[in-house]
Amino acid sequence: MLIVEGMPLLYLELAVGQRMRQGSIGAWRTISPYLGGVGLASMVVSFFLSTYYNIINAWAFWYLFHSFQDPLPWSVCPLNDNHTGYDQECEKASSTQYFWYRKTLNISPSIQDSGRVQWEPALCLILAWLVVYLCILRGTESTGKVVYFTALLPYCVLIIYLVRGLTLHGATNGLAYMFTPKLEQLANPKAWINAATQIFFSLGLGFGSLIAFASYNEPSNNCQKHAIIVSLINSSTSVFASIVTFSIYGFKATFNYESCLNKVILLLTNSFDLEDGFLTASNLEQVKSYLESTFPGKYSEVLPQMKNCSLQSELATAVQGTGLSFIVYTEAIKNMEVSQLWSALYFFMLLMLGIGSMLGNTAAILTPLTDNKVISSHLPKEAISGLVCFVNCVIGLVFTMEAGNYWFDIFNEYAATLSLLLIVLVETIAVCYVYGLRRFESDLKAMTGRALNWYWKAMWAGVSPLLIISLFVFYLSDYILTGTLQYQAWDASQGQLVTKDYPPYALAVIGLLVASSIMCIPLVALGTFIMRCLKRGDTPPVA
Amino acid sequence: MLCLLFFLVTAIHAELCQPDAENAFKVRLSIRTALGDKAYAWDTNEEYLFKAMVAFSMRKVPNRETTEISHVLLCNVTQRVSFWFVVTDPSKNHTLPAVEIQSAIRMNRNRINNAFFLNDQTLEFLKIPSTLAPPTDPSVPIWIIIFSVIFCIVIVAVLLLILSGIRQRRRKSKGPSEVDDTEDKCENMITIENGIPCDPLDTKGGHINDAFMTEDERLTPL
Repeated sequence: MLIVEGMPLLYLELAVGQRMRQGSIGAWRTISPYLGGVGLASMVVSFFLSTYYNIINAWAFWYLFHSFQDPLPWSVCPLNDNHTGYDQECEKASSTQYFWYRKTLNISPSIQDSGRVQWEPALCLILAWLVVYLCILRGTESTGKVVYFTALLPYCVLIIYLVRGLTLHGATNGLAYMFTPKLEQLANPKAWINAATQIFFSLGLGFGSLIAFASYNEPSNNCQKHAIIVSLINSSTSVFASIVTFSIYGFKATFNYESCLNKVILLLTNSFDLEDGFLTASNLEQVKSYLESTFPGKYSEVLPQMKNCSLQSELATAVQGTGLSFIVYTEAIKNMEVSQLWSALYFFMLLMLGIGSMLGNTAAILTPLTDNKVISSHLPKEAISGLVCFVNCVIGLVFTMEAGNYWFDIFNEYAATLSLLLIVLVETIAVCYVYGLRRFESDLKAMTGRALNWYWKAMWAGVSPLLIISLFVFYLSDYILTGTLQYQAWDASQGQLVTKDYPPYALAVIGLLVASSIMCIPLVALGTFIMRCLKRGDTPPVA
Repeated sequence: MLCLLFFLVTAIHAELCQPDAENAFKVRLSIRTALGDKAYAWDTNEEYLFKAMVAFSMRKVPNRETTEISHVLLCNVTQRVSFWFVVTDPSKNHTLPAVEIQSAIRMNRNRINNAFFLNDQTLEFLKIPSTLAPPTDPSVPIWIIIFSVIFCIVIVAVLLLILSGIRQRRRKSKGPSEVDDTEDKCENMITIENGIPCDPLDTKGGHINDAFMTEDERLTPL
């Protein structure tokens, strides 16, 4: 996926940016006047992304600030009213889930109950936007210096975590799970689609941020070398991070498995009044069969309460996205020694990564705006960035409401996926066929002094567009086949997630999200065509 | 006669203390879980200590100060270690109400636990819920303190950057006009040194001396 799709498309975007020396709107308009819509679509997608992405930073801030308490607030359940036991919701779910769903999000049972804006996440969101504003205030030059910090620090933290993770008890279980190939999963096309989408997102293709950054490069910059290096570093970082993730995951799974076993042991010891310490993990199965044969009646009473503990099922509980960071990881961290240190370090790293992503997104929005002569003559750079941050912050307050996480999931799943695929497809076709591959090749040669390798040409012209089209078809067929879209809602009485259907207005919002970015391309093309026709209608008398 | 009385007393005792009897409580200890290698064996001496602790707890209840160790009856000791106990009144005919025993044990739970090196989880009194320690809540939540500190730092940094940006722009826009002022002054005051006016030396721009050709033109192109 990386070699076939990621590297060629990354090189393409960097080359376009470097050659056209403008943000995404101007760059595509230079390639062909009808294609200014591509840049606009990129900008719309980046705008959606920056609106909802910063709430993750807000949550990271929230957890970071709460890491300086002893004990960690998500490691213990709060007490109920008469102090005889723990809060009921917390008992049913786990303390980390309770902290996430109740204390952080204060989530409502469904997307219809919007609730009020929660002031704590709202404050953290405002802080997150202030930090982003601070970094982009002076434009891309200052952003470049900040990025040295935000990009390198996570590596340090990852190395520290690697050492800590590998020395944890049970880490090897996780690593073994990661490295054993699951062949039946590989045969599933969904896995390949996810891999392709992952490459898109981690490289940041189609957002316009790459074009924006590349436009600040020197024309003679060797962007081919940079494209290869960047994509290789990106993928090796992903592998490195997944080693760390899986070792900690293995620790958590082993810990949960062992505590599950201990619960079963305690239950059996108490029900049958066995000697304390007699039952251990090793003789559990033998004793169970012995008890079953000797006291069948009592055993069948106890059987429903006994959970079937399995290490494999613990490892297989795949979680991704915000759930992974804030629930699974905090659960693993709370069991480590000196958990405050690990927690603070982890959320600081998350914050650095998140702010780094935000800088790219906002650069993608700001560069076209500042390139535009009309806007930049009226307002100084600081005011434009301030305005963008302010508007995004106000819209982002929607995600701090009680139903905010459901809206966040909508944005997360639908705002970018389809639109990005289409944008990158149009980009590739535009450069190869509309602008002309040979013309682009000679441009690059004149600019960088290096001839274009046949591999890149083959990829750009043939393989990558076909791949993207097939991905697109898969996605559409997947959406059509599953029927009504559903989401996971948190049920406080049961203490777990339940599946619900989206109400019609949520479906309308989803449709609007996808359509608004995709429609830019044909609409702008149509608009330019009409303007040209009108102009041609005006000019004949002059000619 | 004495033997009969003795049997009668033990029979009554046995009746008073039975599993699921009225006012009886089950106790469960997990000594090996709590202490590991340092676990002690549960024998009659430990039972005596337990009876003493229960009697001590009951003595703290108003108008039960005369409770003796012999009033606490233990029965059905299993290997687990678990057993049932009741507390009788001085006449040894009735058991004390469960509510009194419950409140007495709850008040002195900590001391009973410490006597056996155990805690609420490893020394369980079934049906007597333990009062859990409420988490210490500082008056101002810690996270707000840290939040305000970082918030103030960020706002100060933003303001500094904005102000320095404004100052830079103002300096740039004032810059060319300042240069003009000094040159006007020079033109007004023609300084004369050694009879030669300094005017020609102050002209801006200067003239290109053709004698010094630029490097590129000297070399013939390839």
